[in-house]
Amino acid sequence: MAKTLYDKIWDAHVVHEDTDGTSLLYIDRHLVHEVTSPQAFEGLRMAGRTVRAPEKTIAVPDHNVPTTLDRANAATMTEDSRIQVEALDKNAKEFGIHYYPVSDVRQGIVHIVGPEQGWTLPGMTVVCGDSHTATHGAFGALAHGIGTSEVEHVLATQTLIQKKSKNMKVEITGSLRPGVTAKDITMAVIGQTGTAGGTGYVIEYCGQAIEELSMEGRMTVCNMAIEGGARAGLIAPDEKTFAYCMGRPHAPKGAQWEAALAYWKTLKTDEGAHFDKVVTIAGEDIAPLVTWGTSPEDVLPITATVPSPEDFEGGKVEAARRSLAYMGLEPGQKLSDVTVDTVFIGSCTNGRIEDLRAAAAVLKGKKIKDGMRAMVVPGSGLVRAQAEEEGLADIFKEAGFEWRMAGCSMCLAMNPDQLKPEERCISTSNRNFEGRQGRGGRTHLASPAMAAAAAITGRLTDVRELN
Amino acid sequence: MEKFTTLTGVAAPMPLVNIDTDMIIPKQFLKTIKRTGLGANLFDEMRFNTDGSEIEDFVLNKPAYREASILVAGDNFGCGSSREHAPWALADFGIRCVISTSFADIFFNNCFKNGILPIVLPQEDVDKLMDDAERGANAVMTVDLEAQTITGPDGGTITFDVEPFRKHCLLNGLDDIGLTLQKSASIDSFEAQYAQQAPWL
Repeated sequence: MAKTLYDKIWDAHVVHEDTDGTSLLYIDRHLVHEVTSPQAFEGLRMAGRTVRAPEKTIAVPDHNVPTTLDRANAATMTEDSRIQVEALDKNAKEFGIHYYPVSDVRQGIVHIVGPEQGWTLPGMTVVCGDSHTATHGAFGALAHGIGTSEVEHVLATQTLIQKKSKNMKVEITGSLRPGVTAKDITMAVIGQTGTAGGTGYVIEYCGQAIEELSMEGRMTVCNMAIEGGARAGLIAPDEKTFAYCMGRPHAPKGAQWEAALAYWKTLKTDEGAHFDKVVTIAGEDIAPLVTWGTSPEDVLPITATVPSPEDFEGGKVEAARRSLAYMGLEPGQKLSDVTVDTVFIGSCTNGRIEDLRAAAAVLKGKKIKDGMRAMVVPGSGLVRAQAEEEGLADIFKEAGFEWRMAGCSMCLAMNPDQLKPEERCISTSNRNFEGRQGRGGRTHLASPAMAAAAAITGRLTDVRELN
Repeated sequence: MEKFTTLTGVAAPMPLVNIDTDMIIPKQFLKTIKRTGLGANLFDEMRFNTDGSEIEDFVLNKPAYREASILVAGDNFGCGSSREHAPWALADFGIRCVISTSFADIFFNNCFKNGILPIVLPQEDVDKLMDDAERGANAVMTVDLEAQTITGPDGGTITFDVEPFRKHCLLNGLDDIGLTLQKSASIDSFEAQYAQQAPWL
């Protein structure tokens, strides 16, 4: 029977299946960070259990860590954050798992470090106690977030109890227009399907526009599969994927590489395989997008105006009313008239080298608007180093951006990088929920190029007008 | 894990759609290394002003709902992050059942690991229960997991679906890890055969 890519990866990892379809799925890589793991390690300790496969388990602190240049001094962390990071230090050592401490140049956001170090490879199952694990789907790996109880389960057994999801295909046909990026693709999909549109599904993204994306862009697309409600997002591996993986520290070498490659080339959906849901969007129709509300589905082209609650139906009417009040916006207001106070470039969605290049291309030779607070937080120490080598850091600094150390930073504001009440931010991150970037903070999600454009003008801006 | 058999309690209405995990438990409370004590900060930014005083019109601050053990919620409840702190906070507050038209996938899974029963019902049933929940202290419902029924304040009964394996675990308070470790031999043999097939891993 013709199989989807998801079917193939699933089938290759089933250890045991019960009559009702509840399955035990083998996990190839388990990524761990400091916020969702302490209770899991404590659970192991209390039950006298060990980590079954420490060699397949990789830990890095990212959510809490300061991104200021003086962060080597532990005093820059609040006490509760420091306790979490120290707990990870201790757990990594005690259980013998791979670890990149804050002081290591390879430290960074777990979803950027995994691919960078070659831990993420095609055909794998990858889990992490973080919803943006979907990122790794860009390699044709089945990757999704899990809760802390499941983290403990994977640590103890290297498996996860799962029921298979349904198959959904999202096809982006044709090519993107200038000024439109991977971020706009993934936001366009959520805008169309809604934040629950993918619930119960694993999405395979395909089509010419997806094939034309770099690996960095594909990671951006898969990263936000979770914002569309899907368990995971997948993209079939191709020559770009293989080229990205080759030579990475933990990628196979020599004969092992050849064997792996032969297998990876089979990882694509068969002709005629069944999808339970299909969404098709023309790449040419996607404009640079921003969010106006407090849900990632509240997406509009930058050329649009703020909607009215009456434009919606059902429970969304009240939700839109609440969003507009929270965001301090009026129906009918032009999005391009909305002034912003702060620009955040970074996160597991858009903290990779290509994202920094795209923002720097807009900023080159320009200054940010007076009074603007603008911050670049590279996704990893290695991204940061590369950006310095390429001269991007100088462009950011000369424009007036703060050039920070790697971490999750203002994407979820667990460290001191936070918005103040009513502070308005254009952010390259993934969630515009109430309070996400700080209590009362107002978030507009957009691509790195759009964030850079807003930094220059001080308002939400169509990047195509600047070019 | 605490068993879930039957639950009788006040149901609180939260009709807002897309109630996300940042609303359920904001990030500043994730800096704990324990599973307990999060109930005090459940729905923190909706429930409390910045000075710590209560926001009067938030449902769980109203006298009738302070002891609620059931939530009837708008669509896509629990969307957002994987933080299990969300169900920990609900359970710590005393919420053992959430009823909605849909739940985000990871949140839904996390509930079952913490003795919380998330129930998915069609819109018309959720609308009916939302009306019932609006009755304040009279909004008492009984959820019977064995029978898969919800009995409303007027005695009417709605049936719901639940996966047999999850039901079995909840009814008996079973620990997943213990169950899986009983299958260690299957994991061992899978690993041995897999190492042959994919030696690069």
